[in-house]
Amino acid sequence: MDLDFTPEERAFRDEVRAFLKDNLPEELAEKVAAGKELTKEDLLRWQAILHARGWLAATWPEEYGGPGWSAVERHIFAEECALHNAPRLVPFGLNMLGPVLLKFGTEEQRREILPRILDGSDWWCQGYSEPGAGSDLASLKTKAVRDGDHYVVNGQKTWTTLGQHANKIFCLVRTSTEGKPQEGISFLLVDLDTKGVEMRPIRLIEGGHEVNEVFFTDARVPAANLVGEENQGWTIAKYLLTHERTNIAGTGFSMKDMERFHRLSRQMTRDGRKIADNPVYAARAAEIETELEALRITNLRMLANAKGGAAGGIESSMLKLKGTQVRQAIQDLYRSALGPQAAPMANELSENELAVPVEAARAAPAYFNNRKLSIFGGSNEIQRNIVAKELFRR
Amino acid sequence: MDFNLSEDHQMLADSLRRYLTDNYDIETRNAQAYAEPWHSSETWAGLAELGIIGAFISEEQGGFGGSAEDVSVIFEEIGRGLCAEPLLGALMGLRLLARLGRGDLAEAIVAGSTRVALAVYEPHVACDLSHIEAQARQEGDGWRLTGRKSAIYGAPGADHLLVAARTDAGIGLFLVESPELISATMVDGGGVSDLVMDELKAECLSPDCRADLEDALDMGRVALCAEAVGAMAHLIDLTMDYLGQRQQFGRPIATFQALQHRLVDMLVELEQCRSITIAAVAGFGTQDQARNVSMAKNLIGRMGRKIAEEAIQMHGGIGMTWEYPGAHYAKRLVMIDHQLGDHNDHVLRLLELGDAAKGRAA
Repeated sequence: MDLDFTPEERAFRDEVRAFLKDNLPEELAEKVAAGKELTKEDLLRWQAILHARGWLAATWPEEYGGPGWSAVERHIFAEECALHNAPRLVPFGLNMLGPVLLKFGTEEQRREILPRILDGSDWWCQGYSEPGAGSDLASLKTKAVRDGDHYVVNGQKTWTTLGQHANKIFCLVRTSTEGKPQEGISFLLVDLDTKGVEMRPIRLIEGGHEVNEVFFTDARVPAANLVGEENQGWTIAKYLLTHERTNIAGTGFSMKDMERFHRLSRQMTRDGRKIADNPVYAARAAEIETELEALRITNLRMLANAKGGAAGGIESSMLKLKGTQVRQAIQDLYRSALGPQAAPMANELSENELAVPVEAARAAPAYFNNRKLSIFGGSNEIQRNIVAKELFRR
Repeated sequence: MDFNLSEDHQMLADSLRRYLTDNYDIETRNAQAYAEPWHSSETWAGLAELGIIGAFISEEQGGFGGSAEDVSVIFEEIGRGLCAEPLLGALMGLRLLARLGRGDLAEAIVAGSTRVALAVYEPHVACDLSHIEAQARQEGDGWRLTGRKSAIYGAPGADHLLVAARTDAGIGLFLVESPELISATMVDGGGVSDLVMDELKAECLSPDCRADLEDALDMGRVALCAEAVGAMAHLIDLTMDYLGQRQQFGRPIATFQALQHRLVDMLVELEQCRSITIAAVAGFGTQDQARNVSMAKNLIGRMGRKIAEEAIQMHGGIGMTWEYPGAHYAKRLVMIDHQLGDHNDHVLRLLELGDAAKGRAA
């Protein structure tokens, strides 16, 4: 038994750390640390820095501009980025559409689209969920009807994350109502400038604008924008679900959040003692930290199992389940430790005037926002279904 | 990174599993574990012959193992087979004897012909040794012990008893031979004793060996965590089988999502428990030993209870019966938390370790 990375992997980690130290702009790291909303420019700036180093598209092969990393290297990179407060990479182009095109796209689609993802010319968003199709995604109704060289798209997509920054959307659309619902779905790329496509913001529980809804009214989309075969969309969507999902456990984020809790617990006095000296908080923190330590090793064990290949769907699901539970537990701990000081909503003007450190000023909104973790990307109930289906298959 | 067992460990695990499968079915187990003397000399001899007891100490100490990984490999199978033989006391006692200069006793213990148990805890001490009250007093060449020891696992029928007691120098360890005991059946099987000492004659192994004691207890905790992992894995298997067989409303209850989701949660926690036990094994003998062991004992304690309760619930009435094997696994999982400090004790220990680390930094 050996829990350590190999010397080569450790050297890689040092290289990543050195790179982050030299290249991650301080003002970006500060914003991430404080849980502030990043602008489109912030996100693109960090993306460009990684692109210049050839480290942007972690899962792509070298031929298409990826770094050619192993699963362990991808894990190390993601964890180090989180630990250094690097901005999150928006996954829709890099980790979703990219792998889909690599597996199902034509060479022409790859050559045209992938470079534009890397250099930031295109910002992709995801059109999966609909008002009537969430966990039961196969019931989606947005229709694409073939008309000559085009599809005519009608319907509505929702929960479109960061769609306000996007110029493109990849959609699951219904191209057939024959047979099982899964068999009539296609994967279609749509330019958001297309006539008949309209995006509207959705305001979330904490007040932020992170997701949108997208309406399609007789939008004409070139038939060449179909990925894979017509009615192959469900296979593609499933591929993405079980495709190795780097950093799905989010251990780096949790470690960072735990660090932040400890910082607060040593700084803040509440009813005559530091939160660190409050046995109830200290005990809760110790138990959550224990689960995080176990998760870190579970993650490594599953990585070792995957042996450079893709982690199976069941492992991804288990990591997503426990990973989101741990992250949400830490967010809850942090918010509650602030006591009455959690209530004020900080903004750029007030954040330095409030009684709590800037990095704690958005704890409650962040807690509410992060309820999403167990809902998106396949709700935790769906993850349990995936594991159970596999278990009872035997 | 490599989480696979070595070939030797895999062989050890396989042979122990085979031995228990062939010789130790649940009826045999229950007959031995719940009635005086709460163990079987035949089973004990069988385990000794497999080299199980020898694996608790190193070669230079007269054994053929002694690492935390050896111990965890063995105890995972002990847990899977729900073996109630007094191995925990043997593990800790043997390690202390070997460490404190009575290796001469090791050979007979390793061979299975004599047994040792460890008396550390007291009616008012559950985990933290600073609260030990039993006194040791020097008298001429010998020593006399006074006080009450409690929770002495596997003591009934043991030939040697190691007793922790307070001396002028600190906490010492003393050897007594076959004393009179107050013994009882444990809720989950096996025997446990109290020892009331009033000027009891004893041989002093060390007048001050708290660190050695803590070390032996930590190894005992690793054993308990690994045992729990084995028991959890088996109990989850039993539960899955039952869900697949049991028909209600015209179909197997395994088709009900309410039960499927709960089973998945149990499985995720099992993997977490396995991971934290690996952390305890990997940290053993390093500066992280106490921290990792306490983390493991905390998580195992909490999740052992959760998995036990869920398994009973998902079995319905059957899970409540003495006849059903799973019931005894569930009891073991809950009661493991009561041994060598429970999940709350180990949180407190983690907090103290944290304070100590801060003290060093300051």
